[in-house]
Amino acid sequence: MARNKRALPEINAGSMADIAFLLLIFFLVTTTMDVDSGINRKLPPWQPDEQTPPPPIKKKNIFTVVVNSNDQILAEDEYMDIKDLRDAAKKFLINNGDGTCDYCTGGARSPISSDNPGKAVVSLVNDRGTSYELYVAVQNELAAAYNELRDELARRTYGVGMDQLNEEQKDQMAEAFPQKISEAEPVNLGG
Amino acid sequence: MSKFKKKTGGGTPAISTASLPDIVFMLLFFFMVTTVMREVTLLVENKKPYATEVKKLEKKNLVTYIYVGKPKQALQSTMGTEPRIQLNDAFANINEIQPFVIQEREAINEAEKALMTVSIKADQSVKMGLITDIKQELRKANTLKINYSTRKGEVFGDKR
Repeated sequence: MARNKRALPEINAGSMADIAFLLLIFFLVTTTMDVDSGINRKLPPWQPDEQTPPPPIKKKNIFTVVVNSNDQILAEDEYMDIKDLRDAAKKFLINNGDGTCDYCTGGARSPISSDNPGKAVVSLVNDRGTSYELYVAVQNELAAAYNELRDELARRTYGVGMDQLNEEQKDQMAEAFPQKISEAEPVNLGG
Repeated sequence: MSKFKKKTGGGTPAISTASLPDIVFMLLFFFMVTTVMREVTLLVENKKPYATEVKKLEKKNLVTYIYVGKPKQALQSTMGTEPRIQLNDAFANINEIQPFVIQEREAINEAEKALMTVSIKADQSVKMGLITDIKQELRKANTLKINYSTRKGEVFGDKR
């Protein structure tokens, strides 16, 4: 009887910290904190033999960006520095040549630039010798041009930036400035 | 006498370490939750370019990675210095991309197949020729959603 009443001796928990530390160090070593992020793009489907020619687009609705193997940029037949590309693309998109875009404030309405944002297409051609770094930079600047225009429009219509809009409003902004970046089939420009 | 003796035995009492395991466990759980195990060992140099307009890649199980870059210093004696493609744990040729991507797509369940994304993790020094070839292969394999993996940062940090 006396034996049953005796409590079990308490287990020493002093080494628990050591065990936990061991596990902690293991996870510290194996962990990689980098979050995967990048620029999303959609490739055109593969068509081995072009049966139907693409619908014609007026030349003024195309903003051509050509990058050669020396990492030089030619935008609309003019030599351009990477840091001017964003503003040039914005100016092209917001041009509002035919006057149908009522939200394009500040458009130059130039007859030789895009009719409206819905028709505007950015065409990107790169050489095989272009560095990946510059290619990503160009893609980034073009995406930034669209994002800035959407953000400005969001501020005008809702008074808040893009990041505070709900999904429906975001889609609405994306529709106002549809991102149309077309990439040419690979060529060898040299240079 | 005994009264005086007690006082000499004083000093700062030992700090209780009873809550130490709790603190350590808290840290442990934090790391267990945030950790992402590195699945492949990199055989190529991978210094990703900078970009600002980045989007996070969600649903890790739908993402396939293609690494491109110069072989690492230790491997350059056998592999040379030309940029190579790495799929999983081995170097690959350009014509191995299609079967690889198709095989990866088979592993995804039917409903989510259209959402499969290929993340191109290329070194910033790689030339576009190789990237274009990879893109053409992906088009042939009908995997059209791609992602250029980048680091977050200003694009022209060193060009201004």
